[in-house]
Amino acid sequence: MPQLDLATFPPQLIWLAITFIVLYLLMAKLGLPRISRVLEARHQAIEGDLEKAQQMKVEAEAVIAAYERALSEARQQAQLTLKETTDRLNADAAERQRQTAEKLAAETAAAERRIAQAKNAAMADLRDMAVEVARAAAARLAGGALDGAGAAAAVDAVMRERS
Amino acid sequence: MATENPLHQFTIERLIPIHIGGIDASYTNSALLMSVAVVLITGFVLLSTRNAALVPGRWQSVSEMLYEFVAHNLIDSNAGHDARPYLPFVFSLFTFILLGNLLGLVPYSFTFTSHIIVTFALAAVVFVGVTIIGIAKHGFRFLSLFVPHGVPPVLLLLLVPIEVLSYFIRPFTLSIRLFANMMAGHTMLVIFAGFVTALGLAGVLPLAVDVALVLLEVLVAVLQAYVFAILTCLYLADALHLH
Repeated sequence: MPQLDLATFPPQLIWLAITFIVLYLLMAKLGLPRISRVLEARHQAIEGDLEKAQQMKVEAEAVIAAYERALSEARQQAQLTLKETTDRLNADAAERQRQTAEKLAAETAAAERRIAQAKNAAMADLRDMAVEVARAAAARLAGGALDGAGAAAAVDAVMRERS
Repeated sequence: MATENPLHQFTIERLIPIHIGGIDASYTNSALLMSVAVVLITGFVLLSTRNAALVPGRWQSVSEMLYEFVAHNLIDSNAGHDARPYLPFVFSLFTFILLGNLLGLVPYSFTFTSHIIVTFALAAVVFVGVTIIGIAKHGFRFLSLFVPHGVPPVLLLLLVPIEVLSYFIRPFTLSIRLFANMMAGHTMLVIFAGFVTALGLAGVLPLAVDVALVLLEVLVAVLQAYVFAILTCLYLADALHLH
């Protein structure tokens, strides 16, 4: 069995030591640091990205909150403006309505006054005419002249009865 | 056709005879395969990480996977994170044995891990190193490693010698496991290969067996490197944490 040949032990051990120590030094000083460096860099990059993403998420949430707030403020403002405008318009309309009603009332009153005047004038004319007719009729029928005052008193009495 | 002596493949051949002060330091076929293993490991790790990028290419991924396998599966989960300083040693040990086992399966090459003196030397380095680490870290309390917890004092009389024995037997079990696996596998391969020519046409049967055996040996080669490394980590865990 070649494994038990003691004469081969020294060269095997010597070269095992040489090769293994060389391998160990190359790995420890050169190879593995390269790998661990890149792994660490990747780990850092991923952590950094995650952190950045988290930060951006927080920022986005803040922006959304601000937007919501602005939106609700604007809505409130709009409602306020709407209400004010409605109130103003209502007041304007009421004012105009009131003015129109006043004007109409004034005009109606003036018209009524004019009508009353016209009516009074017409009535006065009617009375004069009636007095004249009465005097003329009295002159024709009775042959006597009826004095103006008496005729007027008679007409007035009749008119008061009839009206 | 004379069948080859199945043990002939383990013969150490002095390729370059070197003698220094009466000590035989010849460059042998074993040393050649060790050198090839070192060159392949170093070449692969260094070339694949030459322009190490944040997003790895396929070769860089392989190096990283190997690194993370040793770092997480071997060291962290068996010896704990505080064993990370020993990562270069475990990594070198694992890849060295792995390449030694796998290169041995290449026809006409040589398996340096099939020699007990090589595996014993590696196991002895592990054993002595782990013991020194344990004593350096815990001093006299390191001896509590031999006293199991929660055992009646009477039983300790029996258990402590067993613990001591099982501790000192570690380098032997560690080295013989690897050496025996490698030697047995390669011997079987050559024995069956001998039948191929001897049996003529019926030689396809042992040939088929050999093909299956080579596949099995690949598995064994990887597994034994893994076992050697994982036991190293477990011993390291004992030294660092004392159970």
